Amino acid sequence: MQFIRLLSAIFLMLGILHHAANAQTVDDATLRPLVQALAGENFDNTTKAISDLVKTGDPRVSSLLNALGGGDLYVSKADKTVFLGKRQGSDYAATDPVTGATLAPVPRSAAEKIKVNNRLRREISAAIGGLTLMSENAGERRSAAEAILKSRDPESIPLLDRAIAAENDPSIKALMSQAKAAAVLNSGSPDDAKIAAIAEVSGGNSRDALGLLTPLEGAEGPVGDAARAAISSINSELAIWNAVQNIVYGLSLGSVLLLAAIGLAITFGVMGVINMAHGEMVMIGAYTTFVVQQIIRTTAPGIFDYSLLIALPAAFMASGAIGVLIERSVIRFLYGRPLETLLATWGISLVLQQAIRSWFGASNVQVGNPSWMAGSFDLGPLTLTWSRLWIIVFALSVFAILQLVLKKTMLGLRMRAVTQNRRMAASMGIRTPWVDALTFGLGSGIAGIAGVALSQIDNVSPNLGQGYIIDSFMVVVFGGVGNLWGTLVGAMSLGIANKFLEPFAGAVLGKILVLVLIILFIQKRPRGLFALKGRAIEA
Amino acid sequence: MFTLPARFIGTLAAAAIGASLAMSPASAADDTIKVGILHSLSGTMAISETTLKDTMLFLIEEQNKKGGILGKKLEAVVVDPASDWPLFAEKARQLIEQDKVAAVFGCWTSSSRKSVLPVFEELNSLLFYPVQYEGEESSRNVFYTGAAPNQQAIPAVDYLAKEEGVERWVLAGTDYVYPQTTNKILKAYLNAKGVKDEDIMINYTPFGHSDWQTIVSDIKKFGSAGKKTAVVSTINGDANVPFYKELANQGIKAEDIPVVAFSVGEEELAGLDTKPLVGHLAAWNYFQSVDADVNADFIKEWHTYIKNDKRVTNDPMEATFIGFNMWVKAVEAAGTTDSGAVIDSIVGVSVPNLSGGSSTMMPNHHITKPVLIGEVQDDGQFDIVYQTPGLVVGDEWSDYLPGSKDLISDWRKPMACGNFNVASGKCGGVTN
Repeated sequence: MQFIRLLSAIFLMLGILHHAANAQTVDDATLRPLVQALAGENFDNTTKAISDLVKTGDPRVSSLLNALGGGDLYVSKADKTVFLGKRQGSDYAATDPVTGATLAPVPRSAAEKIKVNNRLRREISAAIGGLTLMSENAGERRSAAEAILKSRDPESIPLLDRAIAAENDPSIKALMSQAKAAAVLNSGSPDDAKIAAIAEVSGGNSRDALGLLTPLEGAEGPVGDAARAAISSINSELAIWNAVQNIVYGLSLGSVLLLAAIGLAITFGVMGVINMAHGEMVMIGAYTTFVVQQIIRTTAPGIFDYSLLIALPAAFMASGAIGVLIERSVIRFLYGRPLETLLATWGISLVLQQAIRSWFGASNVQVGNPSWMAGSFDLGPLTLTWSRLWIIVFALSVFAILQLVLKKTMLGLRMRAVTQNRRMAASMGIRTPWVDALTFGLGSGIAGIAGVALSQIDNVSPNLGQGYIIDSFMVVVFGGVGNLWGTLVGAMSLGIANKFLEPFAGAVLGKILVLVLIILFIQKRPRGLFALKGRAIEA
Repeated sequence: MFTLPARFIGTLAAAAIGASLAMSPASAADDTIKVGILHSLSGTMAISETTLKDTMLFLIEEQNKKGGILGKKLEAVVVDPASDWPLFAEKARQLIEQDKVAAVFGCWTSSSRKSVLPVFEELNSLLFYPVQYEGEESSRNVFYTGAAPNQQAIPAVDYLAKEEGVERWVLAGTDYVYPQTTNKILKAYLNAKGVKDEDIMINYTPFGHSDWQTIVSDIKKFGSAGKKTAVVSTINGDANVPFYKELANQGIKAEDIPVVAFSVGEEELAGLDTKPLVGHLAAWNYFQSVDADVNADFIKEWHTYIKNDKRVTNDPMEATFIGFNMWVKAVEAAGTTDSGAVIDSIVGVSVPNLSGGSSTMMPNHHITKPVLIGEVQDDGQFDIVYQTPGLVVGDEWSDYLPGSKDLISDWRKPMACGNFNVASGKCGGVTN
């Protein structure tokens, strides 16, 4: 049944009135020269070859075009035959594209890939769209409708009518109606059909609609009027969404700042150590993610989606251990001497950067996104990416866990005691040097897990940390030293302020403005948003 | 007490950036010819420049295997200017005055080149600069073996307009001299071709920008005006990875809004999963995927030298290769490494490039090159989809800027002028 539907679709599109038996497949001898023509001298020839292939209406065409688009079609240099290739060591495992028969493997150097460019890729997806609109597979039908929505080919209107009538899935049906409306707007249809199409299009994704309607803006008569009315209503709707977008993007930027700064809020905020190597702790966390992923790639590729979960404790341990080491070997001799601490940790940061550079090389390393971090979803006309969303969630959970540690555990209690009154805490039997080391380790470890998250959206290079150190200090100082809530509010408000300034002032000026605002704010309130009160802080 | 440190950080950070390490101090040996290598091995630019240092060491080793030049072995003197522009000038002076190098190969950013330029002119030494740049400069002592805007940006825009039918342009760049000048030239060029101002969007971001959400969504918005839209990216090094990740995540495919980049090559793609980026473009004068025997040999020898067959080759490496061979040939022709003699003998020198042809040093100290447009593939390499039919001569003074369109440069005697104004007939006719 499905097969017949597919065939009738092909007939309809091509307007060929053949016998079913003839059109079902063209014979191999007819198909072969057409496939051979795909390896044309230039892209124009290949484009022509594609349309010739589609005209045959043969069911093998869609998989052939898929292979072409995916770069799996090769031509051998010697006899110019086209074959389907798959990399296998230094050879291509070859298959005949027409019969599907296995051929002798071809050495890589003896074959050339048939190149496709963006224009060809568009042609291919439009052609496949036409061929698979009646497919049994819902995913294929959806991408077919999307392809036609993009190509706006007026010739596909009758085909779309058939497909819409046969479609059961409401979301795909809606998409097909959109595609039909887009094609109608692009065709010489009568005015009333176009006005109906304008109404149809305006109901869909407003950004796509704008793209379809703007060319009609200058049109005369009722079509132009309808288009202008639709555009102005879409624009006023988009203005509201813009504000929403700024807030969401601001929260996302804020959560990145929060992640980068929260470890510093412990080492700088709670302990008062100016740790210039904080950024490098983040960087080490990111490199730990890389190492974990490398190990997973070689030993157990199946669990790659969990690589970040495995990297989290590893990064915490790695950065935390290095933090403890730095505290024990350098910083503990420098308590109460902020200038020396600053210089020493600056030196450590250079050493760590260069060490990573010598070890892993100066280039970026590739940290993969697990499938659940990739891609995006639409919220109205906004596109929100999963990676950013997960990072917001992650930043907030790290914050919550850290609060719990500080407020509810023995270590947290001791940390707070030592911060507030070191001598009294020591008199009560707390081993303050150990608490110092563990606190510094905790701050560094949290910087490490921030690195796991940042590896998903930023470069993983030895310079990773440098990009975040200034921002981190800014957040901590702005939010109020010694107060985690201040760090949270500080990060979020800086993020949102940045995103509201960016569209007006541009990214460069926006950043400068934020910096100026912070300087003015600090003049007014030297202790930041949430200042710690009491005598302890003066000590 | 805790607000003070924030102030310290700024000043001390600036002071501490100055700290750097000089590597392999020159040992005194008179029977060698010393070659200076001035590339950042630490700091933000190390990511790009370290490879060029390795390339130079590789080329010098190869040359020494062939017996060196003029019967003498070459000796590399490597210094690390640490991505710090003033330090470039200091290190250049050290190379020329203390180490007495015959020529210097180095610099990446235009800021670093502008910083060393007066040093080379004052001490009359030679600099070979291997990176694409914004043009608008021609010095007697500098040889520009990377692309000028007409060897990269303009052919790329032409390709997009013709092959993809692009009518609306986003010019996105990092906020410094190369993107700004290039975009100025491109805007003048597009306007001259009839593109209206409302169809051009120019956007600048700071170095190392990592939050691209707003800009990518702006690009999407700009692209939904019913006209085919493309992004011309002069975004620098580090900021590219988050930019492309955001593009991929927001679902902008090359078929919808292609991005053509002038600073993204094989090396930059190394840190990226390129599957979602297939079809985005780059314009260069060389790609690792160039199908030429000389390229295959170069890659093989490079892999042997660096002992890692995963290492990629890229355009600035080819420019270094060309510059080095031109210098070798010019020294051999002059019979001496004296700067004045080499400057006279190098114009017209022609050496093989890696795309199967040969490149010639022109009187304006720029070279001839083919322009290639490549599309990103899923393996991090580029498929060449277009190549200019002939070689393109580097144009130092852009024909599209009002201040420079009357200027030409010709360092041959008797003109020997870097900015001759053909309108007024005088040398030194710089109008900017």
